[in-house]
Amino acid sequence: MFDVKVRNAVPPAGDRREEALIRVSGLRKSYDGASMILDGVNLAVSPGERVALIGSNGCGKSTLLKCLIGLHDISGGTVRTLGETFDRAPNAGQRASLRQKTGFVFQKHCLVRRRTVLSNVVHGLLGGKGSWRGFSHATALPEWRQRARDALSEVSLADKAMSRAEALSGGQQQRVAIARALVRRPQLLIADEPAASLDPVSGRKVMDLFVRLCRQHGITLVFTSHDMDHTAEFATRVVALKRGGVLFDKPAGAVQSADLEATFDGVA
Amino acid sequence: MASPDPGERASRADRAERDLPPRFRSFSPASFTLLVVGAAILIVSIGDVAPSPKQMVDGVPGFGRLVGRMMPPNLDPDFLTRIGFRIVETFQIALVGTVFGVVLSLPIAWLSARGVSPIGGFNFLFKALVSLFRTIPDLVWALLFVASVGLGAVAGTLTIMMDTIGFCGRFFAEAMEDAEKEPQEALSAIGANKLSIAIGALWPDTLPSMINSSLFALEKAVRSSVVLGLVGAGGIGQELKVAFDLFQYRNASTIILVIFLIVLAMEYVTDKLRARIQ
Ligand SMILES: Nc1ncnc2c1ncn2[C@@H]1O[C@H](COP(=O)(O)OP(=O)(O)OP(=O)(O)O)[C@@H](O)[C@H]1O
Ligand SMILES: [Mg+2]
Repeated sequence: MFDVKVRNAVPPAGDRREEALIRVSGLRKSYDGASMILDGVNLAVSPGERVALIGSNGCGKSTLLKCLIGLHDISGGTVRTLGETFDRAPNAGQRASLRQKTGFVFQKHCLVRRRTVLSNVVHGLLGGKGSWRGFSHATALPEWRQRARDALSEVSLADKAMSRAEALSGGQQQRVAIARALVRRPQLLIADEPAASLDPVSGRKVMDLFVRLCRQHGITLVFTSHDMDHTAEFATRVVALKRGGVLFDKPAGAVQSADLEATFDGVA
Repeated sequence: MASPDPGERASRADRAERDLPPRFRSFSPASFTLLVVGAAILIVSIGDVAPSPKQMVDGVPGFGRLVGRMMPPNLDPDFLTRIGFRIVETFQIALVGTVFGVVLSLPIAWLSARGVSPIGGFNFLFKALVSLFRTIPDLVWALLFVASVGLGAVAGTLTIMMDTIGFCGRFFAEAMEDAEKEPQEALSAIGANKLSIAIGALWPDTLPSMINSSLFALEKAVRSSVVLGLVGAGGIGQELKVAFDLFQYRNASTIILVIFLIVLAMEYVTDKLRARIQ
């Protein structure tokens, strides 16, 4: 217990009930109505935290991320994210507000390959006012173009603005995806295995970039990863999922190898 | 040890054969009946429509005589000029019909593509529409348009348009269904509407394949615009019909040669263009 307090910069979420950015209680999720992928997940994330979700393949990490922001309907329990409380599914207004305040980065292939890098970043602003001309940088509002260019500078890719997305390396593409997520100035960034398809060096660069930008802009980060070095180094907290529930929820520094063994051990 | 006598070897082989699956699938009475009925239909049909041996024997010299009367092709400059204008008209019908058809195919394909369509499960309505356009043969379309808008090139253009929608509507929709899902999902998660996703992600991904299909459509259009004139829908086919109606076989052979050349040229050009985008 003492150990936890010393290492943990952010107090446990329970102490800051009112301030939680995300609060999930008793979340259940089933795709087919029969098998529960998530069965009673409780989780609270405070502003400024960087939470890593871990667990074996198919345990429901991606599912949980999508439920957090209402991309999937939930089968039970309640979710409150960024002040929007919903069970089942957010209503249209909540959905719009959640999308406005959240950025996503997926594992791979999430860019439009034959379009320029700049157009891809401009896409991050779709859904807001001026969307009807936001499908390409060439037609977008001047303000959209500027914001996209600024976001690209933040990921050090301003010089690649006019390259086709497919001409970039995997690491660069992932940085474009980060720029696309950042361009709307989100409060919350959700990343599903952002480094999984990258080589160790590029993967580390991408994670470094996440941490730097999240610190700089005060963005809360929730990400999944199968790389335990990444979770130890880049997260402030690690949440392990197993058999539909939370196996442990600890400050990153307090995770022992026994915890990891228990997480990945003997899953049917 | 002495080798087993032949009789015993045979019976062992018999036993082994029994354990194996049968060599031939057994023939059920139902499939035997079907076979007999099928054979009967074929034999009756041959009797009704196939050329009789006498017709074959008479036909070959008959065809030979016709070819003889077609030679040499008529190369009279006045006639060639008239044909030249008809060729231009044929191309215009093919080109305009294809372009209109391709443009109309875009929204129709989008509405009909499974998993992409903005109208969800109602996409089958547009799928059915495209199938309908495709299954009606072009000469039937031409007859319909000649009857409704009158003789001439406009009827031909409308025919090619319908044909192109039947063809491109299907292949565009398939390209859209096969397009990469991840970028579309990413944009949808961002909050983009269906139209933004279609223009921002679907269009760039499917464009090469759609250009390819459009070039095939153009090639096909040139081939069918050549015969549309037979039912009065404009183009070179009209001249061909006149030539046969008036027994001007030397004119007919010129026209057939010209048709052959333009179709060949068209295939060459579209092949080259296709190689370009690949
Ligand atoms: N859209 C869907 N429809 C039906 N079942 C799904 C869907 N998405 C995921 N599942 C199922 O839900 C379970 C959890 O999947 P999920 O993708 O959340 O796992 P994960 O923890 O992200 O795994 P991984 O580490 O492999 O990414 C899996 O059994 C999967 O087959
Ligand atoms: Mg996953």
